[in-house]
Amino acid sequence: MAEPHGSTALSASERTAVLEVRDLTSSYGPVRALDGVTLRAETGRITAVLGANGAGKTTLLRTISGLVRCERGQVLLDGEDITRAPVESMVTKGMAHVPEGRGVIAELTVEENLRVGALFRGKVGREEFDRVYDLFPRLTERRGQPAHVLSGGERQMLVIGRALLARPRILLLDEPSLGLAPRIVAQIFGLVRRLVDAEGLSVLLVEQNARSALTVADTGIVLNLGRVVAAEDARTLLADEGLRHAYLGF
Amino acid sequence: MRQFVNVTLNGLTQGMIFAAFALALVLIWRSTRIVNFAQGAMAAATSFIALALIHSGQSYWVALVVALASGLVLGAVVERVVIRPVEGGPELNAVIVTLGLFVAIEALIAIIAGSSFQSFPAPFGLQGFSVGDGRIALTPNGLFIIGSVLVTMLLLVGLFRFTRLGLAMRASAFGQEVARLLGVRVGRMLTLGWALAAVVGSLAGLLIAGGGLVHPAYMDSIIVYGFVAAVLGGLDSPIGSVVGGLILGLLLSYVSGYVPRGSGLVNLAALVILVVVLLVRPGGLFSSTTSRRA
Repeated sequence: MAEPHGSTALSASERTAVLEVRDLTSSYGPVRALDGVTLRAETGRITAVLGANGAGKTTLLRTISGLVRCERGQVLLDGEDITRAPVESMVTKGMAHVPEGRGVIAELTVEENLRVGALFRGKVGREEFDRVYDLFPRLTERRGQPAHVLSGGERQMLVIGRALLARPRILLLDEPSLGLAPRIVAQIFGLVRRLVDAEGLSVLLVEQNARSALTVADTGIVLNLGRVVAAEDARTLLADEGLRHAYLGF
Repeated sequence: MRQFVNVTLNGLTQGMIFAAFALALVLIWRSTRIVNFAQGAMAAATSFIALALIHSGQSYWVALVVALASGLVLGAVVERVVIRPVEGGPELNAVIVTLGLFVAIEALIAIIAGSSFQSFPAPFGLQGFSVGDGRIALTPNGLFIIGSVLVTMLLLVGLFRFTRLGLAMRASAFGQEVARLLGVRVGRMLTLGWALAAVVGSLAGLLIAGGGLVHPAYMDSIIVYGFVAAVLGGLDSPIGSVVGGLILGLLLSYVSGYVPRGSGLVNLAALVILVVVLLVRPGGLFSSTTSRRA
């Protein structure tokens, strides 16, 4: 049967959305941080949320995972409404949120941090931990050391590795590039890209570093003052000089 | 020499009790950043439960177990009902709540059990062991005190170091938000932390009561010593609280044993130690505040 308007086989609307956000609105105290945000993160892709400081990017992730309660709107994970689900249940539903500022638990060792990430799953085989150490060989040397001795890059590796131990279907990454050298950023983004391509992981990436993010992402969503002002293919966004100058600062 | 040994032994026994009480304060402080001023009153309440059982003809050991169990329940209920609403709010709110609880619980004990002094039995003898031609200050009951506090500490260390539950509790204490995002039921872990702390506090209360007199406010001075011991150890470190308790016990024992009319100076000495520690090492001897900030 022919479609009335021919569309290509893999148009955005035909890919399945692992995460869907509809009309999400929330505030930090008296300040409205998100104002009716609607977006989707597709399966097996990296969706980058970009925008200036204060655009609402971090609040978006915090509202999705329930750390901030929304006033209006809906969050759907694989079609299931998780808007009101407790924060603690998100990871069991398949969503892992790596918060801003590299949420390592400084007093615990590297190994213990990883074990916390797998706690909710009960017994987890040694080989899953070994796989994380294989992905991030730097962590192997640091295994028994408290996490507060790690460098910024190592912390980012630790929190991503810890999130992977939850075996998420979607990974929410909040500013992984913050304060890291460009070389480390490239390394981490490269690894995320490989995980997405090889294992079908889906990623919702929040970044202020829009240029780096768009080179690794499939789709870009631009937030400004809590509203979505653009949602495009990453390459299209990179080419749109006006939009870049107006909202992304490059 | 004999006097030195005796004073030291006394100090160690006292220090173990301070250590247990300090440990109770530290367990709560490091998970909820609240100094539980009601810890002593809660411990007194469980001691009176034990006393009521003993008066009704139960053995000391039944009373001990029931008292510790009621400490567990009391700690959990207090956290859920009274503390949860002020957690994460302004610090002063929690301070006022625990102070209010302290007053309320002591008043309740006085209403139910009366405010007169009552003697509390000790499970073991109160006469010192004989060594050579005399007796030393270490009594069978003293050994029981030292032993039971040590066992409690080893159990806690084992729980925190080697079990998944302990790991979840530590994760909740040090990184509430991250732990929640990782699926740890942080609320439950905090309740459990308070419950365990109340058990340890109750143990300290029962040990200090043994062979002495109890009244509703008999734990009040122990709060001061336990707090000094906890600060000495850095407030954040369970090991530190134990060492702090032992140091404090020994120092106070030397003050009362060697300083003329020293027994009247013990309270003052505790405060002097507190001030000196805060001046010299504000973070305590085992401070991990630098790592927390990192």
